[in-house]
Amino acid sequence: MGLIAFLILFPFFAALVLACMRKSGPVRKYTMFAFCVVIMAAVLVFSAANLISGETVSYLPETHWINTGMLVVEWFLMGLIIYQSFKWKKYYCALLSVAQTGLITWLELTGKSELPGNHILSDKLTIIMCLIIGIVGCLICVYAMGYMKDYHTHHTEFKDRRSFFFSMLFVFLGAMFGLVFSSNLTWIYFFWEITSICSFLLIGYNKSKEAINNSFRALWMNLLGGLGFAIAIAYAAIQLKIADLQTLVQTGTGTTIAIIPVILLAFAGLTKSAQLPFSSWLLGAMVAPTPTSALLHSATMVKAGVYLLLRLSPAFYGNLAGLMVTTIGGFTFLATSMLAISQSDGKKVLAYSTVSNLGLITACAGVGMHEAVWAGILLMMFHAVSKSLMFQSVGAVENCLGSRNIEDMHGLIVKLPRLAYVMIVGIAGMFLAPFGMLISKWAALKAYVDSGSILLVIFLIFGSATTLFYWTKWLGTLIAVHHHSGAVKDSTKGSEWVSLLVHCLLVITLCLSFPLASTYLIEPFLMDMFHEAVPALISSGNLYIMAMMLCMIVILPIAVRVLTFGKKNKIITSYMGGANTGDDRTFVDSFGKPKRMYLSNWYLTDYFGEEKLFVPSLVLSAAGLIILLVVAIGGAL
Amino acid sequence: MVGSIVSALAYIIIGPIIGGLLQGFDRKLTARLQGRQGPPLLQPFYDLYKLFSKQSVVVNNIQDFLVCGFLIFVVFTGALFFWGGDILLVFFALTLAGIFLIMSSCSAYSPYSSMGAQRELMQMMAYEPMVLLAAIGFYIAAGSFNVKEIIQADIPPIVYLPGIFVTFVYILTIKFRKSPFDLSTSHHAHQEMVRGLTTELSGNILALVELSHWYENVFLLGVVGLFVMSCHWWSIPLAVVVCLLSYFLEVIIDNVFPRVKWQLMLKSAWGVTLIAGGINLMIIMLIP
Amino acid sequence: MLSVSKSPWLLHYDGSSCNGCDIEVLACLTPLYDVERFGVINTGNPKHADIFLITGGINAQNKPVVEEIYSQMPNPKVVVAVGICACNGGIFKECYNILGGVDTTIPVDIYVPGCAARPEAIIDGVVKAVALLDEKRKQMKLESSKEKGA
Repeated sequence: MGLIAFLILFPFFAALVLACMRKSGPVRKYTMFAFCVVIMAAVLVFSAANLISGETVSYLPETHWINTGMLVVEWFLMGLIIYQSFKWKKYYCALLSVAQTGLITWLELTGKSELPGNHILSDKLTIIMCLIIGIVGCLICVYAMGYMKDYHTHHTEFKDRRSFFFSMLFVFLGAMFGLVFSSNLTWIYFFWEITSICSFLLIGYNKSKEAINNSFRALWMNLLGGLGFAIAIAYAAIQLKIADLQTLVQTGTGTTIAIIPVILLAFAGLTKSAQLPFSSWLLGAMVAPTPTSALLHSATMVKAGVYLLLRLSPAFYGNLAGLMVTTIGGFTFLATSMLAISQSDGKKVLAYSTVSNLGLITACAGVGMHEAVWAGILLMMFHAVSKSLMFQSVGAVENCLGSRNIEDMHGLIVKLPRLAYVMIVGIAGMFLAPFGMLISKWAALKAYVDSGSILLVIFLIFGSATTLFYWTKWLGTLIAVHHHSGAVKDSTKGSEWVSLLVHCLLVITLCLSFPLASTYLIEPFLMDMFHEAVPALISSGNLYIMAMMLCMIVILPIAVRVLTFGKKNKIITSYMGGANTGDDRTFVDSFGKPKRMYLSNWYLTDYFGEEKLFVPSLVLSAAGLIILLVVAIGGAL
Repeated sequence: MVGSIVSALAYIIIGPIIGGLLQGFDRKLTARLQGRQGPPLLQPFYDLYKLFSKQSVVVNNIQDFLVCGFLIFVVFTGALFFWGGDILLVFFALTLAGIFLIMSSCSAYSPYSSMGAQRELMQMMAYEPMVLLAAIGFYIAAGSFNVKEIIQADIPPIVYLPGIFVTFVYILTIKFRKSPFDLSTSHHAHQEMVRGLTTELSGNILALVELSHWYENVFLLGVVGLFVMSCHWWSIPLAVVVCLLSYFLEVIIDNVFPRVKWQLMLKSAWGVTLIAGGINLMIIMLIP
Repeated sequence: MLSVSKSPWLLHYDGSSCNGCDIEVLACLTPLYDVERFGVINTGNPKHADIFLITGGINAQNKPVVEEIYSQMPNPKVVVAVGICACNGGIFKECYNILGGVDTTIPVDIYVPGCAARPEAIIDGVVKAVALLDEKRKQMKLESSKEKGA
């Protein structure tokens, strides 16, 4: 219990300390580094202790004074939102905030939400989330130290508010820890609101017009989800006399009594995990400095959404709430992976791919069967690590080359070889067999077929094809080798390298050790959740085969080098109809003048462009969401 | 256990021989359709031998490595399939192999080969849904993703999967690199962008690509054969006949149709997958 | 039994020919002559080709192109000059822009004269080139084994 309190409270303390350290310098650097190490160590100790004792524990049935404290903080947050909304003339945000805080206050003050039940719960899913938040999140903080220094040397037009930025990162971590440890709905809601506001502040960090607009978009969408959350709490407390998530899920499984709070919570989860039609806030979030995007996309924020959905999963089985979540999730997976094809901005591709992968996890949660949840949790783990790695490497490349456009990464393997290798590991982790994501996609496919949802199967097979397209395109760009191209100065800082390398290591370790994670973490959790034994989804024989594939990929470069040792291939220019001018970059044009050749990837904007697909997919998903919400709630009332 | 290892080994050893003969047959048949005498049946082997004995010229130092990756993973795919492994894993390995080939031509800074790579990627996007759908179809029909268990079914999968079979044969044209879908590289000499994918490969590196294609073709015909396999002995000769017939059909199609644009390929492949494959899937999923 | 001669792939390059010889070269691929009987393929890619078949003379503009293409062909390789223009410049020899036959730029192994060269002559030239290819390959092997020995 002490450790849990420490994990929740320490990041807030760290944030306070960092907020006070206005001067950049070695003192702040080492303090921050120390904080990160402390959090990581605490997370590791906590997970180890919990794995050894192996039990699900819950604490704190009586928390009157803490609740009051939380209420005060909520009012403070509401004040902050109202102030910001009036300052930037976005009044609707204030309205949303007042509505939900008012509702919660009324519940608290009338004592309707004071129901028996535990407030803190720690099970295996909590450990997984803690590991993701603690390790990936802290590594992003470490990365942020070096990155932000470069960021402000490149962008002198923005005010340097680094102490605020760093403290917000830690607040975010604290809120995430709070969220995953909470069992009481009001508590989850409290931390949920903190993450919404944190992301709002982080996205608006550089205070450019675009940043402010996007940050308010993120705010209103998340507040809308928050409103759904608040109504769910109120309904659950008043109608069902339930105040904690676990009881709600148990009550909701197999019946439709609890469908209203479940579907409203699912709605909140969908907004937070940026599913269509709410994806635009996450896409807009890339205006912020890279550590923000990395944090939002991998370790925190969006993971809070899918975390909630995964927790609710048993209550989705075979009802309209499940149908809503699977349809929206599956559709998002397909639509956003198509949209990603047309993007050339590296971070935007990553953003779309995040939304797309979250769609897959969401769909897994919505199926409500244990094998789907198994796949969903694994997807979440692999995605957190690989995506964080990708964002950080794109950020590092941007600081070196001054661009994050994929076209400018042509030949990165020669220009910045080390970053290119890191990026290749990241991309391989995102979609290649036998690396992480693919294993989970495999399990997800099995689960979808078993659950008998044809639509999901169709979404998945087409979505996999489009996913393949945009990642392979990127991979091919990285490894292009030009004649006479040299290395570019690599200005990546030491702290960034620490984070990047640890991430690489994590991706590979996770690929090799996921059966362990499955046996010791996911399966016991599923056992608790579904009360039945989980069959081995991927047989041990197939695991060996995959390990073999991984080994082959690793051995291949070495073997080829050994086999062709001493055999000298003659290096020549590439074929350009014989019109090369000495190398493979320029050719003689029809006027007899040398002309530079420029190769570009296919973006197919006529078919998959944003202006073609984005609005139709928004309309479709919004229509689907509203119809299913109305039908489900109307049917239950 | 022994049987499956033997068939995997047989694939590794005999696979390229069958693949080469099939290609020789293809060239002969094509020539006859055009009123020519055509090369000898063993011509593909002569070509391969020649390529191996030539000097390799490369445009960079990673091409050969990536092409080796392609060969190894194609052989791995086929061996896993004939060994009786999980068919989804088999297809994933095939995709990985394909990505190696694409990367090898992306690595050259060359207009023709990088255009070939983009087109190959487009082809992959066009056929990938169908490949996964075929695996799902087998799973529903036979109750298992394992090839070993699929071939022990009492009724051959094609009875349940006629739509999926048709669609698979449709995308087979893309996989065999046959006209009208030989966009990225063609087995015929003249193409609007030289040789696309393989433009920058030469000598023994090109030979490895040829060899991999033979392996790949045999594996793909194996999947075609899987549609008619069952526990009865006569299903084996039947499978061979079906394989040969579908290969014959592909050669005829190759000679009859002109090359299409990628737009038409993508739309038609996805359309057929969605209509024939999707409807078939719906029927078998709804009617147990 | 197996040898390079079984599979000569050729690259056809039109220097500054009047297209007469080019048409005859293509005629070799038609059903009437069908050179694919001998495994001949017209590749259109120097990196795949064994035989470099040039029609027409060399002019100031295509000299670097011919050199580039020749340098891109892997060993062993043979150059066949088809038609009198490719052999020594032919009727265009005295033109201000013509440098002469192909041998002014790259070493030519086989000369096939004629205006235009007849398909039979071209096939004969290719057959000669094939024999030469075999010889060159043997030499190549000898050299590489010598290198290894050294």
